[in-house]
Amino acid sequence: MAERTIEADTPELRARWGNFAWTAENAAMAKEIVARYPEGRQRSAVIAFLDLAQRQIGAETNTQGWLPIPVIEFVARELDMPVIRVLEVATFYTMFNLVPVGRFHVQVCGTTPCMLRGSDDILAACYKRGMKKGHTTEDGLWTFSEVECMGNCSSAPMVQINDDNYEDLTAERFDHILDELAAGRQPKPGTQEPGRHTVEPVGGPSTLKAMVTENHDYRGEW
Amino acid sequence: MLADRDRIFTNLYGYQDWRLKAAQARGDWDNTKALIARGQDAIIEEVKASGLRGRGGAGFPTGMKWSFMPKESKDGRPSFLVINADESEPGSCKDREIIRHDPHKLIEGALIAGFAMRARAAYIYIRGEYIREAETLFAAVAEAYDAGLLGKNAAGSGYDFDVFVHRGAGAYICGEETAMIESLEGKKGQPRLKPPFPAGAGLYGCPTTVNNVESIAVVPTILRRGGAWFASFGRENNKGTKLFQISGHVDKPCVVEEAMSIPFRELIEKHAGGIRGGWDNLLAVIPGGSSVPLVPAEQIMDCPMDFDGLRELGSGLGTAAVIVMDKSTDIVRAISRISYFYKHESCGQCTPCREGTGWMWRVMERLRTGDADVSEIDVLQQVTKQVEGHTICALGDAAAWPIQGLIRHFRPELERRIAEREDAMQVAAE
Repeated sequence: MAERTIEADTPELRARWGNFAWTAENAAMAKEIVARYPEGRQRSAVIAFLDLAQRQIGAETNTQGWLPIPVIEFVARELDMPVIRVLEVATFYTMFNLVPVGRFHVQVCGTTPCMLRGSDDILAACYKRGMKKGHTTEDGLWTFSEVECMGNCSSAPMVQINDDNYEDLTAERFDHILDELAAGRQPKPGTQEPGRHTVEPVGGPSTLKAMVTENHDYRGEW
Repeated sequence: MLADRDRIFTNLYGYQDWRLKAAQARGDWDNTKALIARGQDAIIEEVKASGLRGRGGAGFPTGMKWSFMPKESKDGRPSFLVINADESEPGSCKDREIIRHDPHKLIEGALIAGFAMRARAAYIYIRGEYIREAETLFAAVAEAYDAGLLGKNAAGSGYDFDVFVHRGAGAYICGEETAMIESLEGKKGQPRLKPPFPAGAGLYGCPTTVNNVESIAVVPTILRRGGAWFASFGRENNKGTKLFQISGHVDKPCVVEEAMSIPFRELIEKHAGGIRGGWDNLLAVIPGGSSVPLVPAEQIMDCPMDFDGLRELGSGLGTAAVIVMDKSTDIVRAISRISYFYKHESCGQCTPCREGTGWMWRVMERLRTGDADVSEIDVLQQVTKQVEGHTICALGDAAAWPIQGLIRHFRPELERRIAEREDAMQVAAE
């Protein structure tokens, strides 16, 4: 099991987050989310609500957001759930940050397919910049985690930073991405291999070549 | 080699637009109404005739699974289709490509499959980390609604059907069907005891079928071209085309759709540019995602890549996630990293798995450095047998099998490391 601990419940925490409420935009989104589930099954929305809350806090704090206890209580009230049921969901799913995180959450995949393609070099590049697993750098820029398989195995090694994946990494390419982000620029997401489009073989696809240049309809050949 | 005209996922690499108009130009949503007009039984029979087996790993016949759903609701409970897009098995990266490049194949398949099993709605459970992919999927579903392809009188069929996207938040175990249902209900994703099976009491206590993304997305094409067409690929009992995901030590890792039963060597040569350093440099292959035991080089080279071919080698096709390892691989570390994965992903519900996955990983780490006694190899083997088959879901089995495969095929390597370390200690002591 993944080890997960929540931030201590202190008067300061309550003072800061006790009045948490949806922004107007997120209140509308919350309504839309609940409507996806049958009447009376609103608790199905708990993961989506926690994600929305984490993102709202992220936007407020210019970080990737996290879930203080008062916010977990807010979600419980919104969905008419016991707080403990929301808390156990928040602690069970690893995408929920239980402590504050930085501006960028650098999530390096270290599972075997990435390991075989050189994720050790990517992890080393993180250490070289003073990052420590499970910690945020002092300047608040980087939170660093090693994560389990992210499903980009044919374009490994990869890292997910905030909402984007960067694939086919080398230490140099990875360093460049971090430099760009630190400078406030958005690097190109996806594969970093020059000339590669997505997960076709490097150098061009071995199949479906007609699709490269036109939206080919194969039905005429059936 | 499979001809391009026989490939289902023609926009697999995303060179073209995923949106509705482009998808329709490729043949998706082409007179879906007529497919539905064939009726539930005819659709299920066609899928049965195609020989399609579930693409999520277990390989259960898809048509048969659908036929377990009730034909009428005696007590007013609706039925649900849940589509498993929680792709998290190390090595697997095919559903991602379907969702981000060909989402309308999945959505059209959801409607047809949902109709065939008399479901009122489908929930597509997509793993939380697929953030951009989920954005595409939400947008594709919205397009389908706007075009009248979903909702009331979906695609003009007279059938009312909804498709909802549900995002997870980082838990491999939610790929297990009953854990997925728990998670959809807003709980921790901990598997349920079976029975009751989901077809009797699944989501919200209602009849439910859980199918993998690929299993659903191939259905419209199977109906258009006929079950016999799909069944013309692959060996008996292993029919159809399949998305293979090749990773690790090949020259060109890729995802590719091929005919089932393609020999391993042909798959790698034609699409992945061969083994890094040549075929003599191949050490072992994990042919179906991290859960299946590895197969040594000499056994897999000419093996047909299908359910039966790999089972005969003591492994499995799983999700057809082919992880290739050449002779530079620290094989003990490669498997130990998988043990760490299962330790991390165990939901903690069953004691043998919760305690066993951590214990097995710690022993694996000592075997990696040789810091162990030779007798511990047998102890580890015994413990894997005590975890296997003694848990509610298959995660315990999945944690045990890779280690069993390592001991079966690489025991001399484990013993060599122990002896080497003992020698080094001896020298240091002198």
